[in-house]
Amino acid sequence: MSDFVIDTRVLRKEFGRTVAVKGLTLQVPRGEIFGFLGPNGAGKSTSIKMLLGLVHPTSGQGTLLGAPLGDVATRSRIGFLPEDFRFYDWLTASELVALHARLAGVPDDGLLRRVHEVLDLVGLTPHRDRRVRTFSKGMLQRAGLAQALVHEPDVIFLDEPTSGLDPLGRRMVRDILRAQRERGATVFLNSHLLGEIEITCDRVVFIRDGEVVAAKELSAEPQAETRVRIRAENVTPEAFAVVERSSVSATNDAGDLVLALAAREQLPAVIGGLVTAGARIYEVTPLREPLEELFVRIMGEDRGL
Amino acid sequence: MRELLLIAGITLREAARRRILWVALACAAILLAIFAIALRLQVLQFHGRPMSPFVRYQVESGMLMIGLYTCDLLAVVMTILTSIDTIAGEIGSGTVQAIATKPIARWQLMLGKFIGFACMIAVYVALTFAGTVAVSHAITGVMPEHAVLGALLIFFECMVALSLTFFFGTWFSTLTTGVVVLGLQAVAFMGGWLEQVSGFSQAPQIITVGIWSSLIMPAESLWRRAAFVMQTPLAGSLSFSPFANVSIPSGVAVGYAGLYFVVVLALAVWRFRERDF
Repeated sequence: MSDFVIDTRVLRKEFGRTVAVKGLTLQVPRGEIFGFLGPNGAGKSTSIKMLLGLVHPTSGQGTLLGAPLGDVATRSRIGFLPEDFRFYDWLTASELVALHARLAGVPDDGLLRRVHEVLDLVGLTPHRDRRVRTFSKGMLQRAGLAQALVHEPDVIFLDEPTSGLDPLGRRMVRDILRAQRERGATVFLNSHLLGEIEITCDRVVFIRDGEVVAAKELSAEPQAETRVRIRAENVTPEAFAVVERSSVSATNDAGDLVLALAAREQLPAVIGGLVTAGARIYEVTPLREPLEELFVRIMGEDRGL
Repeated sequence: MRELLLIAGITLREAARRRILWVALACAAILLAIFAIALRLQVLQFHGRPMSPFVRYQVESGMLMIGLYTCDLLAVVMTILTSIDTIAGEIGSGTVQAIATKPIARWQLMLGKFIGFACMIAVYVALTFAGTVAVSHAITGVMPEHAVLGALLIFFECMVALSLTFFFGTWFSTLTTGVVVLGLQAVAFMGGWLEQVSGFSQAPQIITVGIWSSLIMPAESLWRRAAFVMQTPLAGSLSFSPFANVSIPSGVAVGYAGLYFVVVLALAVWRFRERDF
């Protein structure tokens, strides 16, 4: 059995003569928040639909939770929030989540309690008896998130879960995702909001033309070269010389120092040297290439899709 | 089975929420009232006039068949209009994605929906059919022959139309599905009349065209079979109408409709299982 929650080999999907996904090879470890990034038309939605069994691959193979893609029984361990979540809008929020819980196999005993718990989690308790048709887009997304979580799935697919939410709602989703990770669930997150991805995900892959073109681990501590920014006063030429000797590269712009160190372990000695040389240090910030810059570098120019 | 019944239950609730169902019921109530008024006026017309009981029975029986024919038309149209959106619309809007990712096989999803609609239509046919028969019995005392069999044949006709809306709903948009199924219903209507005409004119070519039309869409032949079983043989042979016993679909025709229904529904399930959402 695969060690990965998601494990695909060269999944391909053609719609007539159009190749939507060229060959998706992807491994997602258990218990991570995993970001799936790519420009419009990169094949992200089709890829997610193939993983969920909504779209049949033209060729290739894959497993989800160790079972072949599309396996019906495995779906009781999957939660899914579609990008544009829609359901019978004449149901109340409670009825909607209860129906999805029943469909997901949650036993009737304790079902209502669980429905109320999860509605509380997404902040919909005051609105749980209101019909969904009266909901704003943000409230619909919260209801959609509730139905995706109600059966405590092992893997949760979220397609743009925060696009309709205000900053408080986004923070709530981040907290929920982290709590799901703590529970041991894997979260597969597709979002255009790179800032959200950056502060939420453990790992991201970049997809272009239906293929994974790059991957980046966001949670890991940098092992090799470390870049830091130091804000300090009284950085004399002697103090800066100490920094330069220890760094791969260093710049000083009126006390705003940017250093590249060969290893993270060198940092305490550099700071100690600066202090000994008389500098007063106010702030030390690790620098990482912003995800947006990385995205642009990997994807190249905007193709207007 | 639990999942299938869950889908059937939610479909039934969803169908019951559609305004068209209540409009169709209101239409049925209005038509029933018109039918009752017409019957009453006819009965008043008979008072004080010397008339053979046989002729009087023919007229009253004919009026009952008009009422039941209206019932049949309304039931079939209501079946098509309430169900055209359930497959095509949910695929088009993406609503199906939230359900199709649940641990429920696609055949269960489709059959659950079918059962939900079938239950709703059964209630509709039972109400309108029983209402028409009750009005006729109360005003004229005339009852159809083999009423239960007749009602079942009308219900079966609706099921044939329902299987077609499900089948085409897996291929086309809501609007196109509606146009195609109503078009097929028109073909069936034409076929039924052509077979009736050919019964009078004895033109074999017209019979062939009529039979082919009924093979393409056998719904109307089920009505003509229902009309046949609900009338006395003499009553049915005396008129040129959708309920005349000029060209009566045989048991084989009903069997063909049954096979047609099973094959169309099976194809709908197959297509629903195979298609991408």
